[in-house]
Amino acid sequence: MSQAHIRAAMSGQPNCGKSTMFNAITGGSARVGNYPGITVDRLEGTYRKNGYEIKLVDLPGTYSLTSYSMEEVVARNVIVDEHPDVVINMVDATALERSLYLAVQFMEIGAPLVLGLNMMDEVKRNGVAIDTKKLSQLLNVPVVACTARLGQGREELMAEVVQLAKDTKGLWKPIRLSYGPDLDPILERMAKRIEEEGFMTGRHDPRWVAIKYLEGDELVIEAGRAAGPLSAELEAVCAEAEKTTRLNSNTTPDAIIADWRYGFINGLLKQGVVTGGDELRRNMSDNIDRVVTHKLLGPLIMAGMLWAMFYITFTLGAYPQGWIEDGFTALSDLGTTYIPEGYVQSLIVNGIIGGVGAVIGFTPLILIMFAMLVFLEDLGYMARVAYMMDKVMRIFGLHGMSVMPLIMSGGIPGGCAVPGVMCARTLRSPRERLATILTAPFMVCGAKTTAYLMLVAAFFPQSPTGAMFAVVIAAWAFVLLVSRLLRWTVVKGESTPFVMEIPPYRLPTLRGVAVHTLERVWQYVKKAGTVILAVSIVMWAVMTFPELPEDTVASFDARRSIAEEQVKTANPQATGEDLDKLVSDAQTPITDEQNEAALQYSVGGSVGSFLKPVTDLAGFPWQANIALIGAFAAKEVFVSTMATAYSMGEVDPEDATSLSDRLAADPAWTLPAILSVFVFMLLYTPCMVTVVCIAKESNWKWALFSVGGSMAFAFVMAVVVFHTTKLFV
Amino acid sequence: MVMSMRKMSVNQCGQIRQVTASGEMGRRIRDMGLVPGTDLMVVGRAPLQDPVALRMKGFTLSLRNSEADFITVEAK
Repeated sequence: MSQAHIRAAMSGQPNCGKSTMFNAITGGSARVGNYPGITVDRLEGTYRKNGYEIKLVDLPGTYSLTSYSMEEVVARNVIVDEHPDVVINMVDATALERSLYLAVQFMEIGAPLVLGLNMMDEVKRNGVAIDTKKLSQLLNVPVVACTARLGQGREELMAEVVQLAKDTKGLWKPIRLSYGPDLDPILERMAKRIEEEGFMTGRHDPRWVAIKYLEGDELVIEAGRAAGPLSAELEAVCAEAEKTTRLNSNTTPDAIIADWRYGFINGLLKQGVVTGGDELRRNMSDNIDRVVTHKLLGPLIMAGMLWAMFYITFTLGAYPQGWIEDGFTALSDLGTTYIPEGYVQSLIVNGIIGGVGAVIGFTPLILIMFAMLVFLEDLGYMARVAYMMDKVMRIFGLHGMSVMPLIMSGGIPGGCAVPGVMCARTLRSPRERLATILTAPFMVCGAKTTAYLMLVAAFFPQSPTGAMFAVVIAAWAFVLLVSRLLRWTVVKGESTPFVMEIPPYRLPTLRGVAVHTLERVWQYVKKAGTVILAVSIVMWAVMTFPELPEDTVASFDARRSIAEEQVKTANPQATGEDLDKLVSDAQTPITDEQNEAALQYSVGGSVGSFLKPVTDLAGFPWQANIALIGAFAAKEVFVSTMATAYSMGEVDPEDATSLSDRLAADPAWTLPAILSVFVFMLLYTPCMVTVVCIAKESNWKWALFSVGGSMAFAFVMAVVVFHTTKLFV
Repeated sequence: MVMSMRKMSVNQCGQIRQVTASGEMGRRIRDMGLVPGTDLMVVGRAPLQDPVALRMKGFTLSLRNSEADFITVEAK
């Protein structure tokens, strides 16, 4: 039979080099998609040779086919539901025994398997010899020696895939492992009943279903309950089996199953497959870790590493960010010049170019930060950070892995919650990940830093450093406390086990880092970009309509003409540029006043005034109301809106000193009001880019929870701060 | 000497006798290869003494002390 199309799945345990091999095989043809309904990425690619077209899916890394994490469920479902012609299982040959655990489970569901023994170069270096022929014979599965990093074994692997697809013709043959005298008869009995009733046999092998019942696999049992009454009978048999095993060997059936699987693998490997080497010998990585995770040096190195990442991102990233911003400024200048004045110009220049430009401006930061993160993760350093920080983070219901996203988000002022939230995907535990994503936006991101610098300069000119430091400490305290609260309430549940592999240090390939980074950046640009375009337009409309009534505009125009006349009569000898300058100086305060009036008259302004009775509870001055609403689009807007509201027209948000003077002079800003705004600014709704990211990384329900929840929390905290400080002032 | 894994010191070797964890944690522990009969060595502890890093079956694994409590080891 000539089968021109072969569907293959690429599987393997985490850190086995599976993705490296996938990239080597598919070249540039890989495409990212999403599995329906979940955020796990789906990578697909094609390999063509000798008239064969092999469609390859890269499955998420998984240690086992037992449903545990989202990724493991995905890996299993793709195999079971899509029934690929061949499953390629990449195996880390330096940890062969553990790696074969997944392979054995593939064989148990009957998937036609090709084993790729990866990292054979490292195995040789360690003085170990693996007899691949013998392994292939014993397992009755083709085995190919590879070094994915160098692309070695790629062609041989694909040749075996073609051969296997020809041989099996898509037929699956499950193997039968023995699980010992206690479980075998029970399994036999269960499998027989399952077969008789045709219970879920459309999807699964009867014996495999029986094994899953004994393992207590929640997903299979749930599906079984929906499938028919036999489930209850099977569950009763399982309970009985547990009694027997408890009595005979004081363990549970799932423990016995794992023991026998490892026993099977162990027996195999002892038949001369592996020779030489010492499994307990400290390797190079363990020696490096004596320094890198040392009691004192470890945290110091970590701090240095973080600081360096931060420094590189924001120093290096500032240049391309500047270029992009310049580009968008030029674009809006172009728009101002060539589009006739009016709504269309305002919409395109202020709404679309301004809004989207602010978002695209983040791209270089994300690119640089992600490149470094992917590098550190592929290198194996991130696992060490999690290892060192786990104890501290656990107290607050987070996970060791939460540290990185929190710091990225602004744990050191100047970060950004967007890459922070995105990098929380390195957390494999769903609850801790969610708590991290929801609290990371409290950190002092770059945009908030600008606003705080302005406010601090205005109100605490005598000790700006101390005030900023207090803000950062407050941010960390709120993040940790709120995580703890969240983990006690809406994301409650036991902490996820921290049984984690500490992978050996391996230098990542440039290609791997580039591919992963660009994937992420592209997704950000595409998905965030479209939603942000829409929100920009809405925000523009809210701050523009309704416009001032014509007679009001006319009165401002009239005042400007009067001012011009006055200047001309007062300076009869001034001409040309000097005169223009004098005129514009005289007109600016009027234009500012008009801008302020227009802002107050717009929907945004009305909402601000409408909210006044509520925000009075927290003591906000009315200008802060509008500024805080506008800052939902991007926190930078806070400074520019405040500037407009304080009738200063356009003010460069970077240069906010003069605005600070105005603020300091306004008696509405009492100390309680100042502190209340400080707290509110720290905690309220994340900016819309972040909200989109939260939605993408979790779902819209959580994104809306984040919007509403942080708004409510921030308000309550602001009211509390306002009234407590009022007691003391 | 049979003891809880939590009590092992750095550089100490041992062999797993029993794993009493059940449910999700039990599965996780066993999936990673912590089954009776496995030889292991404690290669390090995090700066705050928890988690602990183990060398076994040719790779390095970390787990928390609260998880090590479920593992009984015949220490050497």
